[in-house]
Amino acid sequence: MPRVDFERDLRQLQDDLLFLGSMVEKAIAKALDALKRRDFSASQEVLEEDNIIDRKRFEIEEKCIDLIATQQPLARDLRILITVLHVAVELERMGDYAEGIAKISLNMGDEAPLKPLIDIPRMGELAAKMLRQSLDAFVNRDIVGAHSVSEADDEVDALYEQVYRELLTFMIEDPSKVKRATYLLWVSHDLERIADRATNIAERVVYLVTGKLVEMKTSKY
Amino acid sequence: MVQSQQESETLEPVAGQSQSDENVLAARNLSVWYGNFRAVRDINLDVKRNSVLALIGPSGCGKSTLLRCFNRMNDLVLNSRVEGQIIYNGTDLYAPSTDSTEVRARVGMVFQKPNPFPKTIFENVAFGLRVNGFKGNLQEAVERSLRQSALWEEVKDRLNSSALELSGGQQQRLCIARALAVEPEVILMDEPCSALDPVATLAIEDLIRQLVAKYTIIIVTHNMQQAARVSHETAFLMVGEDRAGYLVEMDATDKIFTNPSHEQTEAYITGRFS
Repeated sequence: MPRVDFERDLRQLQDDLLFLGSMVEKAIAKALDALKRRDFSASQEVLEEDNIIDRKRFEIEEKCIDLIATQQPLARDLRILITVLHVAVELERMGDYAEGIAKISLNMGDEAPLKPLIDIPRMGELAAKMLRQSLDAFVNRDIVGAHSVSEADDEVDALYEQVYRELLTFMIEDPSKVKRATYLLWVSHDLERIADRATNIAERVVYLVTGKLVEMKTSKY
Repeated sequence: MVQSQQESETLEPVAGQSQSDENVLAARNLSVWYGNFRAVRDINLDVKRNSVLALIGPSGCGKSTLLRCFNRMNDLVLNSRVEGQIIYNGTDLYAPSTDSTEVRARVGMVFQKPNPFPKTIFENVAFGLRVNGFKGNLQEAVERSLRQSALWEEVKDRLNSSALELSGGQQQRLCIARALAVEPEVILMDEPCSALDPVATLAIEDLIRQLVAKYTIIIVTHNMQQAARVSHETAFLMVGEDRAGYLVEMDATDKIFTNPSHEQTEAYITGRFS
């Protein structure tokens, strides 16, 4: 006999996870946009909205725990619940990185960015794309898609290295720029971590589909 | 003295049958018939020494029938017939020369419902030894079995009380002690916890984990979590269109319960079997 209620709860849980993913994606884009436009009120909103992301993560976690305790899931059901638990944590941490970028923007105050923001928004776009792809792979149970997420991480790492070198040059040439350069370095580091977390989600998709815990290509950073 | 398996001369090796030392039992193309009805068909599986094998599957899939083949308990069912072989340490359990009583001494059985004899605790454990003409120290043998079944501390001061005064969980451990007393190599358990409460169930599961150091255990259970907790390997049986049970897959227990190879297994263990 099919488990109608359990099936419904599992579907709802996965929908909730995707909703959390979309909240995080918006937070990343908003934090970067606010940084670029020096829009403090938007940065402040990112901080406030992170509380909603945190609550959503706990809500998902509680639902998973409840289903594990009451439904005694096995096989695919168990893998879905374990995957959702892990992915919810990854997404929440990504949200924290977006919050981190918003805080940096607020800390920068009226100071203009050290340089025009070109590579950093590009890193943000790539990281957000990796996040989308990892969640698409989750929805479609797509191992090939999951692997392409980890491949894309190389591009983010390359951009991070480029930004790092550039900022380092600024700092060496003029030590008075260290503070402003460091702000941007932190932002790029947050984006690099978001991309790594997307790879973690992709690893969980592989587990969901195959039952195997694998480490995909490790990030250079 | 109870004859140990090494001393036996009645169970002869099967010509042309090789069995690795790792395996204590094996089913080869095994089918069981009750009159014209085939209850299980073409079962092939190996049971590793000092391991726990769980047999799972829906009602009527032949789990208990298969279990009972391993100590020829089906012989007692009228019109039952076995095709194929059960190989025990390289010998065919169903060879005409095989003594079924001896088989049952080496392959003991614990049933679904605790079934102590209406005798004292001591006599329940001593029963099999007396029947087999045991000439050693009966007191020691009974104590050893009760210790192995984790019951000694609870009953040592009332060995002469009726076994029927024990709780259900204690009665089941007494039945395990009774099976252990004749020094079997394999213990078959047919849903041994289905009549027990959760605490008694966990006590039996702890016991199974201890016993496996010395014995090989095959357990039939409807409780998926129990199979997952106590067994090393799990075999999943299904009912075919001909109503005969057959083996769908057998694998390491963690594989079966996290990522089984067959859709039917997946459907059954996740409760979507219809």
